Amino acid sequence: MNQTAYALPAAPAGILSTRPAAQARGVAASELFKLRVADLHKRYGDNEVLKGVSLDARSGDVISLIGTSGSGKSTMLRCINFLEQPDQGSITLDGQTIRIQHSRAGVRSADKAQLQGLRTRLAMVFQNFNLWSHLSVLDNITLAPRQVLGVSAREAEERAHAYLDKVGLPERVATQYPAFLSGGQQQRVAIARALAMEPEIILFDEPTSALDPELVGEVLKVIQTLAEEGRTMIMVTHEMGFARQVSSQVLFLHQGRVEEQGGAEILDQPRSERLQQFLSNRLK
Amino acid sequence: MIELLNEYGQAFLWHDGYNLSGLAMTLWLLVASIALGFILALPLAVARVSPNRLLRWPVQFYTYLFRGTPLYIQLLICYTGLYSLEVVRAQPLLDGFFREAINCTLLAFALNTGAYTVEIFAGAIRNIPHGEIEAARAYGLCGWRLYARLILPSALRRGLPYYGNEVILMLHATSLAFTATVPDILKVARDANAATFMTFEAFGIAALLYMLLSFLLVGLFRLAERRWMTFLGPTRG
Repeated sequence: MNQTAYALPAAPAGILSTRPAAQARGVAASELFKLRVADLHKRYGDNEVLKGVSLDARSGDVISLIGTSGSGKSTMLRCINFLEQPDQGSITLDGQTIRIQHSRAGVRSADKAQLQGLRTRLAMVFQNFNLWSHLSVLDNITLAPRQVLGVSAREAEERAHAYLDKVGLPERVATQYPAFLSGGQQQRVAIARALAMEPEIILFDEPTSALDPELVGEVLKVIQTLAEEGRTMIMVTHEMGFARQVSSQVLFLHQGRVEEQGGAEILDQPRSERLQQFLSNRLK
Repeated sequence: MIELLNEYGQAFLWHDGYNLSGLAMTLWLLVASIALGFILALPLAVARVSPNRLLRWPVQFYTYLFRGTPLYIQLLICYTGLYSLEVVRAQPLLDGFFREAINCTLLAFALNTGAYTVEIFAGAIRNIPHGEIEAARAYGLCGWRLYARLILPSALRRGLPYYGNEVILMLHATSLAFTATVPDILKVARDANAATFMTFEAFGIAALLYMLLSFLLVGLFRLAERRWMTFLGPTRG
């Protein structure tokens, strides 16, 4: 959809030519990118799940992480907001790097304040929705803006109603508990919850994998609307057709490494044998 | 029967001429010990599920101690045992506290129900789906706010049926208070029995009063569950 956005991170000329103003001012690469994930390593005991993966996202990028299960794509996404602690590497948001501190107990994330700051700017949508089941839909959406961002109750509620409308849910679901909604509705509430944080980047962790097939469409439609609005999103997905449609960048992970990377067209013309294999298995 | 009611009716319900007694005393014992136990249990339940052993182990020791011994023995230790210690009597503050039977009784009851309540709430906290807590962290909730705004409200609701059961068990456990000379329902019934030898009537009235209170509590908790537990879904409501 956005051909100019496609570039390997290590191709400065190509990228900079799309941003002449930035080039003229001689802006460093870290300022050009909204989010840079560099050389991420993650180990569970002896099992190294991520063996140095990197990702660069500019404002408005939609990046899809694809790969077989166990390839490390979910882990990579979860490392970005430190739901998993990476063992090595760095995360840079708007030029501000979250350092990973090494302590005696092992490796830990950067200082708390910095981490909280990062988390308020990234919102996550989970595979299993992870809505707070004891709270009404309205409270689910207003809780974090009120408690974390300090938004007033009234404004948080206005936001909630606006975003519920945006994800196509009727006003009356606001007072219901998540357990009374269908999976597709719950995931749309989760997206509204993410939007209410007015995040700079939204992370989607297989947002449709837990849904019945007939409910997948309604959720994908919402995500597509968000992509068209130019929101920056990173998405782990198994929906190849959808990834092809919305992605500005696709990363194919295999055994903890980025095996192939490029614009959405790599899904049509994969270069590496592994991606060819992966895609042909998908189509069967 | 009529003369028993004439003579002891008031004592059974609220006053024996000197003190609060009977139903009113039992209610006071129940409300005070449940309230104290609840206040004690909330922070301890959080400590009970803490990954930090220094927080977890002392609480675990406390709940094992109080769940591992009969309430009657705990009451005896509080009421007579502690006061027999020289250290306690030498301290004016402790001496004043432990001289009053009602203080000792409330202390024993509160510590006992507190121990059970800790386990109920700790279990409820562990029952919160992991993903919900992960989501809260991902959205920037952390520290006390995570507990105050999310974990405890969720746990209190999830623990409600078990907590309701504990309150009713505690109501019946208050009938031990007569052994420490506290004039609760059972104490009045025993006095009435001793004075009139109308054993069946005296204890029958006591049983009816306890039953009445139990029904009331069951009803209250049923209302509370309807109000706060519908979130579990259409099939569980």
